[in-house]
Amino acid sequence: MTSLTSGTGDIAQIASDLDTAGHGHGGDDHGGHVDVRLFGLATFLVADGMTFAGFFAAYLTFRAVNPLPENSSYELELLLPSLNTLLLVLSSFTFHRAGRGLLRGEGPACRRWLAITAALGVAFLAGQMVEYFHLPFGLTDNLFASTFYALTGFHGLHVTLGVICILIIWWQTRSEGRIKASAPFGLEAAELYWHFVDGIWLVLYGILYLL
Amino acid sequence: MTLASPSDFQAPQQSSPNQEGPRGLQPEGWLRYLSFSLDHKVIGLQYMVCGFLFYFLGGALAGVIRTELASPISDFVSRETYNEVLTLHGTVMIFLWIVPVVNGAFGNYLIPFYVGARDMAFPRLNAVAFWLIPPAGILLISSYFIKGGAAQSGWTAYPPLSLTTPALGQVIWIISVLLLGGSSIFGGINFIATILKLRRPGLKMMQLPMYCWAMLGTSILVVLSTPVLAGTLILLSFDIIAHTGFFNPALGGNVVVYQHLFWFYSHPAVYIMVLPAFGLVSEIIPIHARKPLFGYTTMVYSIIAIVVLGLVVWAHHMFTSGTPPWMRLFFTIATSFIAVPTGIKFFNWLATLWQGKIALNSAMLFACAFIVNFVFGGITGVALAQVPFDIHVHDTYFVVGHFHYIVYGGTVFIIFSAVYHWYPKFTGRMLDEHLGRLHFMLTFIGFNLCFAPQHWLGLNGMPRRVAEYDPSFTTLNQVSSVGALLMAVSTLPFLINVVVSAIRGEVAGDNPWNALTPEWLTSSPPPVENWIGEAPLVTHPYGYGAPTDRLDLQVVTAEQIWNDRTP
Repeated sequence: MTSLTSGTGDIAQIASDLDTAGHGHGGDDHGGHVDVRLFGLATFLVADGMTFAGFFAAYLTFRAVNPLPENSSYELELLLPSLNTLLLVLSSFTFHRAGRGLLRGEGPACRRWLAITAALGVAFLAGQMVEYFHLPFGLTDNLFASTFYALTGFHGLHVTLGVICILIIWWQTRSEGRIKASAPFGLEAAELYWHFVDGIWLVLYGILYLL
Repeated sequence: MTLASPSDFQAPQQSSPNQEGPRGLQPEGWLRYLSFSLDHKVIGLQYMVCGFLFYFLGGALAGVIRTELASPISDFVSRETYNEVLTLHGTVMIFLWIVPVVNGAFGNYLIPFYVGARDMAFPRLNAVAFWLIPPAGILLISSYFIKGGAAQSGWTAYPPLSLTTPALGQVIWIISVLLLGGSSIFGGINFIATILKLRRPGLKMMQLPMYCWAMLGTSILVVLSTPVLAGTLILLSFDIIAHTGFFNPALGGNVVVYQHLFWFYSHPAVYIMVLPAFGLVSEIIPIHARKPLFGYTTMVYSIIAIVVLGLVVWAHHMFTSGTPPWMRLFFTIATSFIAVPTGIKFFNWLATLWQGKIALNSAMLFACAFIVNFVFGGITGVALAQVPFDIHVHDTYFVVGHFHYIVYGGTVFIIFSAVYHWYPKFTGRMLDEHLGRLHFMLTFIGFNLCFAPQHWLGLNGMPRRVAEYDPSFTTLNQVSSVGALLMAVSTLPFLINVVVSAIRGEVAGDNPWNALTPEWLTSSPPPVENWIGEAPLVTHPYGYGAPTDRLDLQVVTAEQIWNDRTP
């Protein structure tokens, strides 16, 4: 039996690494176990990322095999989206500062950085709106237009949710709130999510605007 | 998404509500099965009962299809109704019966036991995942009664068909599938976190029962592929509602892109439906053959190989969609490769049975029939992977026959096997063996009578999804319909069995099968939080029997583990 269960090779190695990882429980004490919420969120973000991956694959395939009809408009201005990219990247750093502030017990600094992050997120959304209103094409004009709005819209939805999360966290980090240095989960989760949304934008910006 | 709050993780661990004695806490009544319960066992049985209700509905729809096909002309229902019925049949059976039951029901019930945990990693998310299913199912069924009727484009919803059939039913279908997909993803996240992070200290990955590995692989597929389907269906709903042209060739769109994205989910979906069944059968066979599971390590490797390969074979569904030759070549080879790990599993089960002390009870009959059916479905599957053959039988009843040999002959047989096997644990009472064997005989004969002739029909060119056919196909279709009738009749002894046995079945005791896996090392039904006291550490879940020439090998029996555990 032993020879059947103790495998050798890569998978067995990975499995044994996982074993060590799973043993953060602390001995035989079953009073509590490892906090797996961030792990769960990360798994969810993998799933969410696959939704975007599907959209990106569809967009790239459309681009490769479906030529647009002549005289259809698909030109994009680069200035505003590039500025927006800058805002979003910056907001990742400010969010990180907020997280550091919380862990160091600097409540007011943390909340200030959170407010700045939320403001940057709102500014991004506003920039997106301005772009939408000045584009020469609508949702159903052509395949590129539809894909453009679907991709940026779905991402914008993520940013909107992110901003709402940040505002909730901003409220929860007040001195009598639930999120504090000893219980930072809410902020850490939102920060992970925000970095994810930021990363997705970079890919989106690359293939939609630059490519 | 709502992540569970800290109390979800600590509360079940800290409180110990069962102080009444070693076998303590009895169920608090059936009403908790209608509640937003956080107990993984309650949620598992909620999935199970809900899934069986939808199974009977889907079976009734199949009955309509086979009745219509008993004669070559369209005479039983209208053609539109036939299209609605076949769409609802496919959707209900896949998304509301097989996926929720073989993943959600057994996964939720068994995985925490197997990893030695008191509940899933995210109990509240777990309950949310279940409670998304009834509304999605009701929504789907309700679309039959609205103006224009339910979706008519099959479970694949291929555009442009899905763009030209009545829009409202199609949109409701999309919303329903999105809800079910969400439920599936939440479940998958939960299983991954539970298996990787919640294992009892001292329990190693390579010591887990095989069902854990199967569910880990399945959940990885769920998390990676289901979102792609969700995104695709959102784009499809844009095409229907907002008249965009993603998949509408008339507006410059591309239908083949839909097919790629759809099958990127829906081929792995076949493994999402069948991998857990592989896991369950790997639990059932060793217990009733009284032998260790043969080739544990190769089983694990095989599951990993199936997961990896399963993600890169989707275009074999599209050999007639103008797929370029290099793509056909790649996907033929990749698909044929899957036969290797699947074959390894098949021979491992045979080797487990070999020279075992086999108890041919209902659970084992269904499990052995699974092996037979599945290998037949597997052979036709490899045949379908070959482009020249596939082009000949594409969209014919050959595909219908192949598919049902995998999902019915494979997964549904295992669901029944698992119900016979775990019913004593669920309820504390045994199922009746005589009724069980009657159920098995009727199901096995009915199933083969129903689906084997469809291979002939397909080879001779009978197209699927059409209510009428050439009169020369009549005899075989009538044989198939008689088989379907037998399958319908076969559910009666099963239903009577599960209902009557719950009330007056023989009392099972904690471990009627003398099994070694952890769910049997507690009372039947188990207490809230699964064990009184510490969870047992089961490092040899398959340590059955000792070869006579190796008496030095220490054999641990369930009784010994139980005695060691309880002071």
